[in-house]
Amino acid sequence: MDSLVSQYSRPVHSAEGPSQDEHQELSQTTPPLSLQFSLPPVAQSSAWLRAMTDDYSNPNCPIKIAHGTTTLAFRFKGGIIVATDSRATAGNWIASQTVKKVIEINNCLLGTMAGGAADCQYWLAYLGMQCRLHELRHKRRISVAAASKILANLVYSYKGMGLSMGTMCAGVTPQEGPALYYIDSDGTRLAGNLFCVGSGQTFAYGVLDAEYSYDLDDEAALELGRRSILAATHRDAYSGGFINLYHVKEDGWVKHGFNDTNPIFWKTKLEKGEFSNVTADLE
Amino acid sequence: MGSPFSINGGACVAMVGKDCVAIACDLRLGMQALTVSNNFPKIFNYGDVYLGLTGLATDVATVSDLFRYKVNMYRLREERNISPQTMANLVSSSLYERRFGPYFVSPVIAGINQTTGKPFICGFDSIGCIDFAKDFIVSGTASDQLFGTCEGLWEPDLGPEDLFETVSQALLNAVDRDALSGWGAHVYIIEKDKVTKRLLKGRQD
Repeated sequence: MDSLVSQYSRPVHSAEGPSQDEHQELSQTTPPLSLQFSLPPVAQSSAWLRAMTDDYSNPNCPIKIAHGTTTLAFRFKGGIIVATDSRATAGNWIASQTVKKVIEINNCLLGTMAGGAADCQYWLAYLGMQCRLHELRHKRRISVAAASKILANLVYSYKGMGLSMGTMCAGVTPQEGPALYYIDSDGTRLAGNLFCVGSGQTFAYGVLDAEYSYDLDDEAALELGRRSILAATHRDAYSGGFINLYHVKEDGWVKHGFNDTNPIFWKTKLEKGEFSNVTADLE
Repeated sequence: MGSPFSINGGACVAMVGKDCVAIACDLRLGMQALTVSNNFPKIFNYGDVYLGLTGLATDVATVSDLFRYKVNMYRLREERNISPQTMANLVSSSLYERRFGPYFVSPVIAGINQTTGKPFICGFDSIGCIDFAKDFIVSGTASDQLFGTCEGLWEPDLGPEDLFETVSQALLNAVDRDALSGWGAHVYIIEKDKVTKRLLKGRQD
């Protein structure tokens, strides 16, 4: 009888406050991160995703992912320079001119963004979380090698599912010194001195390779990073906007501004006589 | 490869003012993402008529030359300049002649009829359908953006100086939201007996 009564009556205060499910959700300190993304209910989900989102193989694909970038990073005697443009395009449409493509993972580690904007944003934020967890668990900062490998293994586990990212991890740790890694969604992970990634990479490489030396001083290195991105924004339709500059040093990274390319371009042209291909007069 | 209309990129706009018309174009010539040239004007002059051509660059060159030939022949036969209205019909019928293998261009015409003194603009699709408009005509890869800026900025009976400002702002702000056009611009302000051509300094990214 008691069980029957309790089944059909409710306790006095049950309607107040969070329900049992809500209570559990509220008391749980860390949100559950299952990393189990739902997949489209079709037989060949990865092929289907590629057909819907890859505008290179299918320009009329219905889901346009923000693309188009120039990012670069290089190692030199004073640390690492990281520089990016800030344009996001969806097809020929310029979706934004003020994207922050350098992701500050922690005060010693930087990540750059090229390819799918959402993929990069999400997984580099995830990487930041894993790096912090590593720090708490081991009572010391994660190495750049380990951080980059977390990302590389992660994207490898999603290989063929249409993730699109080309990223660089730059950082300084006491055990490694300045370290630079390139990771992409194919699962490639490379250590190196100099990388350019994105649709404007060839233009940036052109300037960077011509002027690069490991013994550059800080000021010259920053200028080279800026000039390489400027060249790429000029020639590559899908790069532009602002130049985002970072210098990674022994005791963490320093930001050197987020500056509009337009005044920098005209200053470079008029004061240094470069970009002579651009007409300044009528006929 | 994308549509022939968006391989090379480019934008053009024409506007009507009070006793004046304006026509403006960007200067980019690209091959998809690569910017090959930043000095490729898309406006051509035929006496009293200005013709803007956006689309596939090879067809822009071919069609502009074709009309130079046709307009010169007209001038020899008639011993007078072609009027904007007559030019519109010439462009239309010439494009329709290629109905089943069109030139991949979207022409825009602007001019003042020297007999009536009235401003005239019009636009076409690639097979010659004429779009007579009282306010403005847009074409090119930034046409969606141009519709937006023109709808927002244009008003009736603008004088030559105000019309210049309006058409310039409309074009510059539109191409700044299109990856395939920009890199500078040309603007023509056409009055009854004066034409002013200006170069706009645009963003170079």
